[in-house]
Amino acid sequence: MTISIEDVKRTAKLARLEFSDDELKNMTKEMGTILGYVEKLNELDLNDVPETAHVLQLSNVFREDEVKPGLSNEEALANAPRVKKGHFSVPKVIGE
Amino acid sequence: MKYEAVIGLEVHVQLKTQSKIFSASSAEFGGDANSKVDPVVIGMPGVLPVLNKKVVEYAVKMGMATNCTIARHSIFARKHYFYPDLPKGYQISQFEEPICEHGFIEVNADDGEARKINIERIHLEEDAGKSVHAEEYVAKNETLIDLNRAGVPLIEIVTEPDFRSPQEVYQYLTKIRQIVRYLEICDGNMDEGSMRCDANVSIRPVGQPELGTKTELKNMNSIRGVERALEYEIQRQISAVADGESIEQQTLLWNANKNITVAMRSKEYAHDYRYFPDPDLVPVLVSDEWRNSIAESLPELPEARKNRFMAEFKLPEYDATVITEEKELADYFEKAALTSKDPKITSNWIMGDVSRILNDGKITISEFSVPPKGLAELINLVADGTISQKIGKQVLDEILATGASAQKIVEDKGLVQISDVSAIESLVDGVLATHPDEFARFKNGEMKLMGFLVGQIMRASKGKVNPKIANEILRKKIE
Repeated sequence: MTISIEDVKRTAKLARLEFSDDELKNMTKEMGTILGYVEKLNELDLNDVPETAHVLQLSNVFREDEVKPGLSNEEALANAPRVKKGHFSVPKVIGE
Repeated sequence: MKYEAVIGLEVHVQLKTQSKIFSASSAEFGGDANSKVDPVVIGMPGVLPVLNKKVVEYAVKMGMATNCTIARHSIFARKHYFYPDLPKGYQISQFEEPICEHGFIEVNADDGEARKINIERIHLEEDAGKSVHAEEYVAKNETLIDLNRAGVPLIEIVTEPDFRSPQEVYQYLTKIRQIVRYLEICDGNMDEGSMRCDANVSIRPVGQPELGTKTELKNMNSIRGVERALEYEIQRQISAVADGESIEQQTLLWNANKNITVAMRSKEYAHDYRYFPDPDLVPVLVSDEWRNSIAESLPELPEARKNRFMAEFKLPEYDATVITEEKELADYFEKAALTSKDPKITSNWIMGDVSRILNDGKITISEFSVPPKGLAELINLVADGTISQKIGKQVLDEILATGASAQKIVEDKGLVQISDVSAIESLVDGVLATHPDEFARFKNGEMKLMGFLVGQIMRASKGKVNPKIANEILRKKIE
């Protein structure tokens, strides 16, 4: 499987990442190698193997519906670059 | 050209659990900003979500109540998008293998026929936080974020594009709200956002199988609002097409004050959510045993209850529909009807005087201070003729004011209806003697004076006369 520089640009854009042209070239090569490695699985006959979302043989890990104390407002906001009236303050997100 | 609308809905229902879907902080509505949060909710690195068991049970209940197939095996997925009220950069949702699929709800179509609205899926997901734009303390260049709502459990109920009119949508949403309230999994208040609805709508010439380009409507905060927004948008699309314009696929916000839809600023990126199974959450398996125990815990649902009230209490369909609209009202009726002598009179009282008192006081039936047995006692006094209907209303007011029983009020105040013919006759004679002119005209055939004279008789007896007997006596006077 090959990956094009356009695929990498699009993936970067979706992840809000910016790369220089050199980085993009490198990234294209490296991601191609990784995908090629995973592609080796296609050499196996997996027709009888069901698709799985998980490798662990675990299911139904639940908690009961009980409230436990979480973080205080101060703790929750401790890492925020900007804070106002107990809220996180971020650049305006909606246009008129 | 005649057009028809094609509408599909996505309804988000906030589940009324104590704690959040994947962590233990409080899921309660409101409170100080960012006070109901924990490291999972605010998306700190390295935290692990653990699923709230009750959320699964609530979703399964909803699936059962809407004729869905309950998945034996269900998984969670990450849905990626960037928005400041979504701290992790992805929402935990379900994509492949949702918890419920292939259900339906019936509505009455415009032609009176029953129409099946197919439910494609019901899936579990977490709510996002709240962005605050409008308050006066928010500066022009900022948005404030409150994450109390982040992680509140939601189910999203997705229909096929099966609606053909806003009126069908109205009925469907009313039924969904009624069901979630009966199941007690959500309070169903659209104005508070505990139930939210987005609608996809397109138009096409009648008879054309292909779908037209759809728009998505958001920001409706009542069921009526959804209906109005759809009516507006369908007309807008029809006019646009008639003018030779094409419909642009876009998201529109309903403005309830101006009664128009307004285009949302178009997003910079096309939707590409890059769903993949969430490695932090293991599959949910619903065994037969678990499913059966949830099924056993289901309450009687509105439709079934309505039919039972019609069969068991011989209520007309209209009464049964009104009485079962809310579970609490239906519970109240049923308790009252079981001790009263006449279920139909009981439903008359509940739909009439009791509803009026609730509306006037802006209270719900659970806040109504007269217990069902108390109302039944009053109804029985009216039904067996001890007091008149009119006195009954007074007694109800008196019960509300004093908390005394109907029987005691009637005895203490001497309100027992006068049904003794000779006693009523002398009252009638007294009234006729003081109103000779009216009596003369009445005798000459002015029948409308009957009402006046009966009114005077009621007045003279302070409402205690049995009006039926007074009517008979008056009639005899002119024979």
